[in-house]
Amino acid sequence: MARKVVITGLGATTPIGGDVPTMWRNALKGVSGAHTLTDDWVAKYELPVHFAARVSTPASEVLTRVEAKRLDPSSQFAVIAAREAWKDSGITEVDHDRFAVAFATGIGGVWTLLDAWDTLREKGPRRVLPMTVPMLMPNGAAAAVSLDLGARAGAHTPVSACASGTEALHQGLELIRSGKADVVMAGGAEAAIHPLPLAAFSSMQALSRRNDDPEHASRPYDRDRDGFVMGEGAGALVLEAEEHALARRARIYGELAGTSVTADAYHITAPDPEGLGATRALKAALFDARAQPEDVAHVNAHATSTPVGDRPEYTALRAALGDHVQNVPVSATKSQTGHLLGASGAVEAVMTVLAVYERKAPATINLENQDPEIPLDIVTTARDLPSGDIVALSNSFGFGGHNAVVVIRNH
Amino acid sequence: MASNEEILAGLAEIVNEETGLAPEAVELDKSFTDDLDIDSISMMTIVVNAEEKFGVRIPDEEVKNLKTVGDAVTYISGAQA
Repeated sequence: MARKVVITGLGATTPIGGDVPTMWRNALKGVSGAHTLTDDWVAKYELPVHFAARVSTPASEVLTRVEAKRLDPSSQFAVIAAREAWKDSGITEVDHDRFAVAFATGIGGVWTLLDAWDTLREKGPRRVLPMTVPMLMPNGAAAAVSLDLGARAGAHTPVSACASGTEALHQGLELIRSGKADVVMAGGAEAAIHPLPLAAFSSMQALSRRNDDPEHASRPYDRDRDGFVMGEGAGALVLEAEEHALARRARIYGELAGTSVTADAYHITAPDPEGLGATRALKAALFDARAQPEDVAHVNAHATSTPVGDRPEYTALRAALGDHVQNVPVSATKSQTGHLLGASGAVEAVMTVLAVYERKAPATINLENQDPEIPLDIVTTARDLPSGDIVALSNSFGFGGHNAVVVIRNH
Repeated sequence: MASNEEILAGLAEIVNEETGLAPEAVELDKSFTDDLDIDSISMMTIVVNAEEKFGVRIPDEEVKNLKTVGDAVTYISGAQA
């Protein structure tokens, strides 16, 4: 019998709240974190997209100036979320050699890299600061969290585009089940609201261009969806071996009952129209959790609001859950937060854990005319979930054909 | 050209910006590593910022000789001349 893994601490910094209580209150209410960008680079580079979903509490209001100076914004978000989760877990003593980090990112320190490139071109190599490398490296966030909390059982960085955050939970579960760690700080961080990623995602027609109405731009499952809204932030979860949590009488939010990761091997960016890779991921995650499709009481969908992306997820859910899919309340929280890329899976896992713990499914905003080809039961205003034993799923899919699913069970 | 007092004040500002140390802690006889706990990466950042602030060039091979704040003030003052 594999070791059970439970979740005992939650942290987040997001466009709809700088900490978990604020984010969750807003998620139940249904708010938009998307706003018009006022930076001069929007006009300077004539970007086709003029809005994004920035963190609601700037990192500079949380970290000291010196802390912030040595961390790329993505690592700043990671440290903020991880500190909140750690405090929330109530852990006061830990065997640091049995404490690991699995902190994902999709892109890494893109601000640092591109700022340094500007400095090199404008002022020459001497002015490229020596902290550039540790700040831009994709493992920077995992390393910063490990250093901050003294986690010495490895600091891992899963990188699988927009599936990264969910894959971090998969990795964390494996680390504890295999006996390599007793406690894992798992999460994801992203800070890519920079003109280059905005231009690149625009160029591939992935971003919404609803420039005149940012708050209604992220509209998963709506007939008139036209792309995702770039978000930023981080989510963090303290994973703990069940016996470790019980021994210290921890408050347990729920069980990380199963995870799975698959690859489409179909196309570098387009989702498999039949959702085969996603279906395999869903089935494998349920199997890993020893759960039946009928046990599923809630899904936090990947649902980014792109015209081509939302539909195959429905196809996969239908294939994995069968007719039961019509009974499952589905929340698409990217309608509120925007798409946090490599952090999205972690933030959505935090919401899924809270949904199971508090028996409340968060709201999906901006659904005005549901796409008739996606006949899911979408939660448009926060809804109670049933009592008794349930599981909830959180899905993430990423460019490259990455599919990752986590299963949360009440404890 | 900056006086030694101005160089010291400017260095203290740069050190404060990089490490958070109070400017008044940056005194002439203080060792960057032993007293101010400045690691090699921060030291290089301080050097690069000092080069810009005082319009001087501090070669990499010279940095290891700048053990105290006073050494840095003397070097910058000489390099300005």
